[in-house]
Amino acid sequence: MSLKIEIENLSAWFGSKQVLRDITMKIKENVVTAIIGPSGCGKTTLIRCLNRMHELTPGSKATGRVLLDGEDIYGEGVDPVMVRRRIGMVFQKPNPFPMMSIYDNAAAGLKLNGVTDKRRLNEVVEKSLRAAHLWDEVKAELGKSGASLSGGQQQRLCIARALAIEPEVILMDEPTSALDPTAATKIEQLIRVLVADYTVIIVTHNMQQAARVSDFTAFLYLGELVEYGSTKDIFENPKSELTEKYITGEFG
Amino acid sequence: MKSSKKHPNFLSKLRSISKKKLSGDSVFKIVIMLVACNVFVVLGLMFYEIIQNSLLSIQMYGAEFLLGTKWQPFPPNPNILPSFGALPLILGTLVTSAIALVLGVPVSLGISLALSEFAPKSFNYIISFFVELLATIPSVIYGLWGIFVLIPFLQNNVYPYLQGALGFLPIFQGTIRGPSILTGGIVLAIMIIPTVSAISRDVFAAVPNSQREAIVALGATRWEKARIVMSYGRSGVIGAIMLGLGRAMGETMAITMVIGNSFNLFGSVFEPGSTLASIIANEFTEASSPPVYVSALMEVGLILFALAIVVNALARLIIWRSTRKIKEAGMV
Amino acid sequence: MISLAYLALIAALIPLASILVETVFRGSSTMNFSFFLEEIPPLGEPGGGIGPAIQGTLIVVALASVMGVPIGVFSGIYLAEFRQARIASVARFLNDVLTNVPSIVLGIFGWTLIVVAIGWSVIAGAVALAIIMIPIITRTTEEAIKLVPMTMREAAIALGVPRWKTTLTVVLSSAKKGIATGILLSVARISGETAPLLLTILGSRFWFSGFTQPTAALPLAIFNFSQSPYRLIDWPRAWGASLILIFIILVINIIVRYATREKYGWTNI
Repeated sequence: MSLKIEIENLSAWFGSKQVLRDITMKIKENVVTAIIGPSGCGKTTLIRCLNRMHELTPGSKATGRVLLDGEDIYGEGVDPVMVRRRIGMVFQKPNPFPMMSIYDNAAAGLKLNGVTDKRRLNEVVEKSLRAAHLWDEVKAELGKSGASLSGGQQQRLCIARALAIEPEVILMDEPTSALDPTAATKIEQLIRVLVADYTVIIVTHNMQQAARVSDFTAFLYLGELVEYGSTKDIFENPKSELTEKYITGEFG
Repeated sequence: MKSSKKHPNFLSKLRSISKKKLSGDSVFKIVIMLVACNVFVVLGLMFYEIIQNSLLSIQMYGAEFLLGTKWQPFPPNPNILPSFGALPLILGTLVTSAIALVLGVPVSLGISLALSEFAPKSFNYIISFFVELLATIPSVIYGLWGIFVLIPFLQNNVYPYLQGALGFLPIFQGTIRGPSILTGGIVLAIMIIPTVSAISRDVFAAVPNSQREAIVALGATRWEKARIVMSYGRSGVIGAIMLGLGRAMGETMAITMVIGNSFNLFGSVFEPGSTLASIIANEFTEASSPPVYVSALMEVGLILFALAIVVNALARLIIWRSTRKIKEAGMV
Repeated sequence: MISLAYLALIAALIPLASILVETVFRGSSTMNFSFFLEEIPPLGEPGGGIGPAIQGTLIVVALASVMGVPIGVFSGIYLAEFRQARIASVARFLNDVLTNVPSIVLGIFGWTLIVVAIGWSVIAGAVALAIIMIPIITRTTEEAIKLVPMTMREAAIALGVPRWKTTLTVVLSSAKKGIATGILLSVARISGETAPLLLTILGSRFWFSGFTQPTAALPLAIFNFSQSPYRLIDWPRAWGASLILIFIILVINIIVRYATREKYGWTNI
């Protein structure tokens, strides 16, 4: 299994407050890697550094290297826009564009980047909605507003939207925390299917979800990487006492 | 199936393929920043042009301009210089604005209290719609209504009684004219109501509910509650009043049409007069020569410009500070 | 004391009602097709209409909008997207200052800038009106864009859309209702402005004859007719023109109010 992303000495700040301390980890390709930890531990900041969204916040800073297929995304001359086309993101609260139809939402990544060929758009829309397990539910009403779907459907639409630009990595920031259990389960099943073609990194505060869905798990605490290993090892044989305390629910 | 995907459709390199130094983002930022700077250009140019054009008059008349009371662009004797005394104009502006405030502010406060403290919320929306409708009526139509509806009404039904009641005061003596300072003030009062009441309402709305609840818990009546709200928002209301003042001073068409357009110093509010704005409206298009005539009118415009800016800047400062203070106090 | 407050409300609404009622009653006698379609006769002469005034208003307002809307919208975008920049704070303050400049002073400015160079003209009037429009549109655009949630921008940015494109497509599209209402309100506002036009387009009895020529306009026509000594002939024309002008402005304001009715108690300064 090859390495998709190598994080080396990544530190991040909001203004003068340091939120990530010297994180080093290697993320394998085509696996699901979960990032867990109590609130405020920096897990969201970590994945936002992976697609260079962290720097959108005024006053933010990041140091260190993040290698995507060996190339540092923070290197000189690298265009963050290009990074984001290879590393996609799905957010905690589903955010389809309300003023666009389902079709336009799925096609948004392409249309906004200048693609106008109708046939190609049709293909991509169908392909990504199928890949997001949403096609059958919406194929008859692609013209309806993106906001008219249920929460779970909206999130799958956002996943389809992310898939449409054919990224290599999908970052998910607590993708099911705003959804009901049934919808959440559908998303978890979808993740296990997607991993065949993509590298998935998922932030979650729900440990059971991490145990169900991921192959590898990283435990973050107060901005530091406490432990990182296969999910089985982390949950059944945690090496650090801190990890064990978190897993057993003693805090966080 | 595990595969290492390459990108068929997008660049697989992370570096932008184009060599340009400026990214789309920085070009965009510079362009819209320049557009936003239009306001610097406009205001700057305006200052420059008006001052430039006033220079002739300023040099010729100096302080006389502000203190003189004669406005005679075409003196009967061609050997005398035209005289331009703006004192009646300044007084006209100030007095009509003062009348506007005296009449308009209590009404505005009444409205904003009614809407923020007394009236049921459903009322609120429709009533504020109508009050704001007052603001959308063009000045010239206020003037038209003023000439043909308000003046006859006032002249026949109000002014005689007013003079009867207050005639012992010199400002209420003399022949009653329809188009007069007082009429101008009344029309201005109506015109500033939307402004003053809307801002006062915002100021009152910023008063935190905890304050209202506190005084009600002590057994206050609705009116006492309103007084607390007013005193809390006192400086904000002052700001609103000053904004109304600024509006009244700058008002042109309605005033021109009902003020009677006399250039003499008025002794009574029932006499006609002029304001800084109305004289420009009346004379500018005819003022082709001598060149100092245009310059004098420019100087009038300059005085008006300066007055309006100072009053409005002060007003905004006061309002801003007051709403901030209220919010901060509410958070304690 | 409370009843005094309600009395104040009534005191404010009586003039409103009076203005509207009088305009309708006194202006309706002139309402016929020729009023809209014929040229303006000299004062005191019966017949004719105010066609050129309606046309003039439409043209000057349209030209002012062509100049004012893009500048206003993009300024608003700048103030919203780069809120922290020092230039932005100063520009915002100066915009407020500009909204409070008396319109007659703007007329003087239009005169010194354009009339001195090319004479009484439509362009001069349009420039003066545009200067009134721009700060209003800037402010309403800024407010509308500030309302667009960050999550929407992030969604687009995460798709690899550059920041500037996100602003011009997703953000603008989401804010378009607020921006449109700001534009409509400023159009209604400048349609009624007289003072700037007095000093720039001068007025005319005839149809539009070129952007560098004077032209008629509704507010100017109202003013001129009101100053006429011929009460039976010209004064009703003033009211008729007022009726048309008020109608246009009221319709625009009602549309805007209706479109923004969710904003309960939205105040308009």
